[in-house]
Amino acid sequence: MGMTMTQKILAAHAGLDSVTAGQLIECSLDVVMANDITGPMALPIFRQMADKVFDKEKVVLVPDHFTPNKDIKSAQNARDIQDFSREQGLTHHMVQGKCGVEHAILPERGIVVAGQCIIGADSHTCSYGALGAFGTGVGTTDIAAGMATGQAWFKVPSAIKFVLTGKPSKYVSGKDIILHIIGQIGVDGALYKSMEFVGDGIQHLTMDDRFTICNMAIEAGAKNGIFPVDEQTIAYMNEHSDKEYTIYEADADAEYEETIEIDLSQIRPTVAFPHLPGNAHTIDEIEAGEKIYIDQVVIGSCTNGRITDMRKAAAILKGRTVHPEVRVMVIPATQKIFLQCMEEGLAQIFVEAGCAFNTPSCGACMGGHMGVMCKGEKCVSTSNRNFVGRMGDVDSLIYLASPEVAAASAVMGYIANPEKMGGEEA
Amino acid sequence: MKAQGKVLKYGDNVDTDVIIPARYLNSFDAKELASHAMVDIDPTFIDRLEPGDIMVAGSNFGCGSSREHAPLALKTAGVSCVIARSFARIFYRNSINIGFPILECPQAADDISEGDQVEVDFDSGIIRNLTKNREYKAQAFPPFLQKMIEANGLVNYVNAKK
Repeated sequence: MGMTMTQKILAAHAGLDSVTAGQLIECSLDVVMANDITGPMALPIFRQMADKVFDKEKVVLVPDHFTPNKDIKSAQNARDIQDFSREQGLTHHMVQGKCGVEHAILPERGIVVAGQCIIGADSHTCSYGALGAFGTGVGTTDIAAGMATGQAWFKVPSAIKFVLTGKPSKYVSGKDIILHIIGQIGVDGALYKSMEFVGDGIQHLTMDDRFTICNMAIEAGAKNGIFPVDEQTIAYMNEHSDKEYTIYEADADAEYEETIEIDLSQIRPTVAFPHLPGNAHTIDEIEAGEKIYIDQVVIGSCTNGRITDMRKAAAILKGRTVHPEVRVMVIPATQKIFLQCMEEGLAQIFVEAGCAFNTPSCGACMGGHMGVMCKGEKCVSTSNRNFVGRMGDVDSLIYLASPEVAAASAVMGYIANPEKMGGEEA
Repeated sequence: MKAQGKVLKYGDNVDTDVIIPARYLNSFDAKELASHAMVDIDPTFIDRLEPGDIMVAGSNFGCGSSREHAPLALKTAGVSCVIARSFARIFYRNSINIGFPILECPQAADDISEGDQVEVDFDSGIIRNLTKNREYKAQAFPPFLQKMIEANGLVNYVNAKK
């Protein structure tokens, strides 16, 4: 029987000719990643198993969640992983000011490429599927064992095939597509499974769109999301990495539990209402209802903090000002993207419009710091979760949206349709 | 191994942000985490919970973040077992890795009510509802995971292989 893209990568890393869904296997790992929340907790567990990491090149610790350090305890945690990284002589030594949000910095630095098997102690490790890699989130003990042994056990997942056709309209991007899909299948619609995205429509999706889509596979419960490698993927890897990569394609007779066809040309700008990413509403439904006034907008995160996201938001904000009662934080996901925003004049557009233009951090997305909400406040965020209390008080509300919907909403003061803003490319 | 206690019942999609909110994640001290368990969804949880009590929930329990702080907080707070219709996969792995027993059993998850006295036999997967005098059978762990649980988690499993 044929294998899916995911199954082929897992089989290759388990040293097996073939695997089938449900099989338990042990895989060798190409990248093992943790951050300043999961990493410090992993260190004492790691030391119960080993003194040295299995491979200095393949273990990466990224300080991004509570950095710049929000308090003394967080400072200690960031200190601990920085010290560990230096002591172990890790090749990719990450320090605040020289890195960024984990799932943006690893592809940007060329650390992750097609065909790899990657675990990260962060649920959005599924982002790397955009490159045709297997990436999945695990917890602290798994990551400690991965750092020590270079191995992890997996149950081979079954898969859902999403056949994407058509071309999305101008103000529809990766975020609208994945919110539409999660709205359709539900927040456990792909539980334990792979989401494999194929079809003619993917040629119209930028690498940044694909990162956004794979990033949120976990919000449908998936083990991973993955795109096939095409010319865009190869161009991206050539630009960012000198690592060797391997292209895996699904067999023609690969077995999928379900095939879902999505016509991208029919997808509308989409917003997920509180308190689930699957609570999707089109912009047309929103415009037909009462206006949803907002207090805060966050444009950034591992979901939508990349350069095309910044450009799209800036195109809407150019020559406009943020609504007087709305706070906006624009957070480029890496130092390189931050610099690009300055070089391309985007930073100026954001600041002139009345946005805070912040250093890379996960803080706002998870109610950590730099953008926490109080009781009764409402936020449009380009991040990935709108759970109860995710960004602050339990009585604050989060609406998940694309950078363009977020930027339009920032200007209008309520959830607004970017199609009606007439923004030009910045 | 058996567990017995009264049931605290919750709905679908209990996420890791409500099990342990991110604002407490600057610590991984198990006791401190436990003191904040479930605070955003049920501020009375810690006061009502007695050691050995059992949580019962709907689908997709533990969805969201990969934070192992979530099962660790529940385990340390004194929860002896979670029974749910289904679990999010990272929470499932994390629980096994720290030796925190969790059982998938849709029938039990639907039938058990808040406050019921329940007994769980982990070896057989039999769940007994002592209040309603009913019995349910949970899915057994695959043998590979049973070995890991018998080794008391992943660390011992890795060390045993050396």
